[in-house]
Amino acid sequence: MLVPVSWLKAYTELDVPMDVFCERMVMSGSNIEAVEEKGAEFENVRIGRVLRVEPHPNADRLVVVYVDVGTDEPVQICTGAPNVVEGAFVPVALDGSRIPGPLHGQEKVEGGVVLKAGELRGVLSNGMLCDFSELGFADSVIPVKYRDGIWIIDGEYEPGSDLVKTLGLDETVIEFEITPNRPDCLSMVGMAREAAAVFGHRLRMPETDCVRVSDELSSDHIKISIENPELCRRYAGRVVKDVRIGASPWWLQHRLMSAGMRPINNIVDITNYVMLEYGQPIHAFDLRHIRGGEIRVSTAANGEKFTTLDGQERTMTGDMLMIRDAEGSIAIAGVMGGLDSEIRSDTSTILVESANFSGDSVRQTSKKLGLRTEASSRFEKGIDPNLAGQACDRVCHLIEQLGAGTVLSGTVDVYPSPRLPVPCDIRPERIARIIGIDLSEEEIESYLNALEMTTEHADGKLRVTPPTVRQDLTAEIDYVEEVARMHGYDRLPMTMPKSNVESLRTQRQMIRDEAKTVLAGQGVNEIQTYSFVSPKSVDRIGLAPEDPAKRFVQLLNPLGEDTSVMRTVLLPNMLDVFVRNTSRSVEAMRAYELGNTFLSEASAEASDSGLPCERESLCIAVFGEDESFFTLKGIIEQVLAVLGVGPLDFEAESRAAAYHPGRCARISCGGKLLGLMGQVNPAVQETYDLARPVYAAELSFEDVYCLVDLEKKYRPLPKYPAMKRDFALVVTEEVRVADIEREIRAQAGELLESVQLFDIYRGGQVPKGSKSIAFSLTYRAGDRTLKEAEVNEINERVLTALKQKHRAVLREM
Amino acid sequence: MIEKLKQTMEQAGKEMDEAASLAEAEALRVRYLGKKGVVTEILRGMGKLDPEERKTLGQAANAARGELEERLNAKMEAFRLQEKQAGLASQTIDVTEPGIAMPPGARHVLSIATDEIIRVFAGMGFSVSEGPEVDTVFNNFDALNAPKNHPSRDMTDTFYISDDVLLRTQTSPVQIRTLLSQKPPIKIIAPGRCFRCDTPDATHSPMFQQVEGLAVDEGIAMSDLKGVLDRFAKSLFGSDARTRFRPHHFPFTEPSAEMDVSCFKCGGAGCRVCKDTGWIEILGCGMVHPNVLAVGGVDTERYTGFAFGMGVERIAMLKYEIDDIRLMYENDIRFIRQFL
Repeated sequence: MLVPVSWLKAYTELDVPMDVFCERMVMSGSNIEAVEEKGAEFENVRIGRVLRVEPHPNADRLVVVYVDVGTDEPVQICTGAPNVVEGAFVPVALDGSRIPGPLHGQEKVEGGVVLKAGELRGVLSNGMLCDFSELGFADSVIPVKYRDGIWIIDGEYEPGSDLVKTLGLDETVIEFEITPNRPDCLSMVGMAREAAAVFGHRLRMPETDCVRVSDELSSDHIKISIENPELCRRYAGRVVKDVRIGASPWWLQHRLMSAGMRPINNIVDITNYVMLEYGQPIHAFDLRHIRGGEIRVSTAANGEKFTTLDGQERTMTGDMLMIRDAEGSIAIAGVMGGLDSEIRSDTSTILVESANFSGDSVRQTSKKLGLRTEASSRFEKGIDPNLAGQACDRVCHLIEQLGAGTVLSGTVDVYPSPRLPVPCDIRPERIARIIGIDLSEEEIESYLNALEMTTEHADGKLRVTPPTVRQDLTAEIDYVEEVARMHGYDRLPMTMPKSNVESLRTQRQMIRDEAKTVLAGQGVNEIQTYSFVSPKSVDRIGLAPEDPAKRFVQLLNPLGEDTSVMRTVLLPNMLDVFVRNTSRSVEAMRAYELGNTFLSEASAEASDSGLPCERESLCIAVFGEDESFFTLKGIIEQVLAVLGVGPLDFEAESRAAAYHPGRCARISCGGKLLGLMGQVNPAVQETYDLARPVYAAELSFEDVYCLVDLEKKYRPLPKYPAMKRDFALVVTEEVRVADIEREIRAQAGELLESVQLFDIYRGGQVPKGSKSIAFSLTYRAGDRTLKEAEVNEINERVLTALKQKHRAVLREM
Repeated sequence: MIEKLKQTMEQAGKEMDEAASLAEAEALRVRYLGKKGVVTEILRGMGKLDPEERKTLGQAANAARGELEERLNAKMEAFRLQEKQAGLASQTIDVTEPGIAMPPGARHVLSIATDEIIRVFAGMGFSVSEGPEVDTVFNNFDALNAPKNHPSRDMTDTFYISDDVLLRTQTSPVQIRTLLSQKPPIKIIAPGRCFRCDTPDATHSPMFQQVEGLAVDEGIAMSDLKGVLDRFAKSLFGSDARTRFRPHHFPFTEPSAEMDVSCFKCGGAGCRVCKDTGWIEILGCGMVHPNVLAVGGVDTERYTGFAFGMGVERIAMLKYEIDDIRLMYENDIRFIRQFL
């Protein structure tokens, strides 16, 4: 909401410096987005009078003008402005003058632009005639006729007078942030009401009386009826005759422009001005086109066609509220007028409409039609119906003041059930309990009274009656906020809650933290990717059409296909991150993401609310020269070991599409499948255009949570010495390490404390197709020192069994 | 014989002085003191002498042998030491070569920021609560006192899964879940992912993260809200940080406020970071609206509470001077590892 300070001053005193004003407005709840001092970027810009216009000798599209700027000699200026004429008053920037800019085709520069005299196609130009845009006005507010030419200033001026001072361009405009609960502040009067309350001044309401009203009555010309009072609470209309359409005076145009609106003509400008002033949208109809002298407010016929004043033909539905005359529709209530009844340059009699339409109805109509206007957005937010009468009279007052027409007596005002103020009882002690300090009743009353609320005492409570514009005040708590903000949040003390509650962490939070710490220790970096993905992402990792990971939770209104479904697996996002990094010349990395996946099957606990099942998943991936299946496996083993999840089984898996068929494992613990790991399938790697193999794993962290054992307990340290036996075996490649280990454990029995594989060798020293595996076995008894002979015997038994079952040949060490 | 011993000793002494290595010294030992060594030979030859001579010579020879042994040992010890030192010298390394390590992995900057926020509030007795990313319209809007026609409910603002299910636009639904499942006293913070229909740019992301807080108990007042959040700001931005609370509006709190922190870049004098205001907006907060408490069946006359919510990205961007929110979800490893 743009508020020109000079406009605000029309309704209240403003007697403090601007920074103090802004500070106190902000601290009382009127937040400020920006303050713009419009005059700051002007220096020595004058009003000049064009004396002569001559052709430019070297350029058809330029002219040479001689301008009286109050100096002895006229100033010679070259300009391309098509609308410059002799006798016109124009803004002149001379050599060394500063204007806000931007100059044509240039970017806006902070601080403005300083002009220099120069030659234009061989002719000296000692300055510039300015257009609105060069003087810092936004394109959206510049009057249409000045869009392609310099500003021809209306009126008579002393040549050489200062442009900024004379025309009030040194305006300060404050942009307030208006929260949705305060639509009443979307108006100059509303903001003035706030300012008056904060600074203890009185609010001066705008003048609404007309002094030269015609004897004719508005009601002689128009009859008004409301057929849907639930959608139209009030409809006030007043007729103005002898209308002379023309331009508005500069002060009015300038206020509109400063507040962000484009001046059109005097009647339209006045309706816009009053809308900004009161927050009440106004519409003006050409009375010629109201057939039968009758206004009927009623819903549209289903399928009815109607052409709005923007020239668009629209199809209405039966729930849309229309303004009709005796024969048909002339406007969509609260949204836009019709093309046929629009004000034109030859309009002579108008009906000023100031009505109150239901916000919900206007919102639905506007949404269905895809047509949002200044009026519709204001009705949507809610307007006090009591404003309609004043606003209607204010329009007429301004028409009379500007000499734009003759106002008829009386208003046709249909207002079947006027809104009355609703009082509310509040308790001072409740205020104290919520804000944390005691305020005296006098203080509380003074704050409320300043906001134009009346107060009276009733049964130890305070009965407060707000002005009807404050539709946001309905319950006691609303008044607590009013008192708190008027007192000032900054004047409340800072205390700590007295309650003594302990901070607790859930088991899941602790486990997650533990896992992240181990992963960091293993050199794995955390990534975070979007929870929503493209449905095609799982195709890229080769999932079959019937894979449950393809049953997505789908967004109804995604930003695009890339973010249209909730992810069911983390791997595709992980691979995208690897691609992004390799494309930026990262040659090795380890990464993990611990995050939610979403399955369309409703979860057991959430089934009645229809929510999908959210499951935490852990994806780890590595790539780089030194990485392999086994570096990744090592990471997973470490993480799960610290979480107390084990022993783990790694079983070969050859049918997981995302992974290399010969280099993939199912990871399980106690028969519970935790997930898959492996080398990303070379075909998938190719799809992602990754130069190097990636090793990846995805574990169901939900299942990990169930298996975690973080309990630690002391076990006595061994009292008796251990005995070690190392040996290397040559076996064929088909024999798996896990098989040999299992056999060793089975044969060695309970004296075997641990088996450690410490070397695997393939190469010249062993036959082709074979490998040498070296183990270190530790034997120990808990109650005695073992004898050489018994250990040797067990070890022999182990070796014999390995030879028989796996043709393992003992290798010389 | 005595003469011969004397000569031998002289010769040995001379040779010993000339010995230049452990090997040479060892050769001398063999030559003079070995089984067939010169001194040994002399001693062995003594058998032919008469007892008197044998005694004199024997004493002399033994003394000479002892002396020789002692000198040789000292010499050899010196050589050994020398050799050891030479050996160590040959193992000299370039201590400026880089260390060998397994560099630790980095946590994501948003995790770091979230953890830090959690740590501060945990210190004030807040427990961490979590809720789903996909939640109900009831939990996200209705129960939070959002008017039926509130613009944030529009499909242009909120991602919907169905008429009743959406991607939560804030972590506030966790407030509702908590109020429905726990009785006061309640002191929780809820971190998590949120979603809004914003096209990504330097300051917007359709997915972002929030930390929400809720405290409900007897006797909780707005002054407590100020105290807790002021301490939070000082913990996060330094003890010099000042806070200010501006009135604002949120459907689920009343009175509502926004909290600004004095600009940590310029200290409040005004700069580019704070847009010359001296203040930086950090979070929204307020006293929990009675309508919200009532959803959880809380006796609103007996209990009061406060709530607050902040964007984790915003906090991280301010704290680490990150100028583009998209960096957070791009996961460039060089970015992530800056926060190791």
